[in-house]
Amino acid sequence: MTRLPLFRRSPVADFAVEPRVARRVDLVHKQIDIVDLFQSVVSPAAGAVSLFIGTVRDVNDGRAVSGIDYEAYHSMAQAELERIVEEVETGTEGLSIAVVHRLGTLAVGEISVAIAAAHPHRAAAVKASQLVIEQLKQRVPIWKQEHYIDGDRKWIDPTSPLR
Amino acid sequence: MSVPVLFFASYADLFGSRRLMVPLEPPCTIAEIVQALRLFPGGERLPGRPLVAVNQVWMLDQQAVVQPDDEVAIIPPVAGG
Repeated sequence: MTRLPLFRRSPVADFAVEPRVARRVDLVHKQIDIVDLFQSVVSPAAGAVSLFIGTVRDVNDGRAVSGIDYEAYHSMAQAELERIVEEVETGTEGLSIAVVHRLGTLAVGEISVAIAAAHPHRAAAVKASQLVIEQLKQRVPIWKQEHYIDGDRKWIDPTSPLR
Repeated sequence: MSVPVLFFASYADLFGSRRLMVPLEPPCTIAEIVQALRLFPGGERLPGRPLVAVNQVWMLDQQAVVQPDDEVAIIPPVAGG
């Protein structure tokens, strides 16, 4: 079962070996486990956990998509995601946020990104998960190359006026 | 002396490489590095002001100075999520 680093167990002792705040961001090449993500933020103080889950869509700009390759500038993507989580958590007291982004080749329907935000109240939790995904899309150096069913491939440029 | 520059995704395709040594003596500016990159094959297709990161931090100021051992990356428009 996939475990987030936050909850990674010591091989010799059954307790979390890393402090809860040490790592809330992960870039992974395996399937994202949203239950683990949820468990990494939920606490008795949380009255709401907002989960955002991004998945691979089968059509983009009218073209049939068969899959997507995700690539990252790994060290910076990790650092930038940590900065985003830090900023959003600092903006609202009581938030606990975790983010996982998948890399590599994904099929249609697979989860590419998941964000969990816990807060005592739902409005703050929902707002936080939305803020994180919007910031992620603007600031985090991750790219996707779409594969189309006709065999063509294209790097996606969200800033292109052609889109 | 030269400055190593990292490329990703469409820019790695553009230059046919993920890392090029740019023949400049640091300290030098980001604008100078980008200008030098335009002379490499594929470099003519770089946008006017490509996104740049230095030491894993966005660097919007083209006149910012790069020091020896800084990690410089020229970054295509991001598309995560």
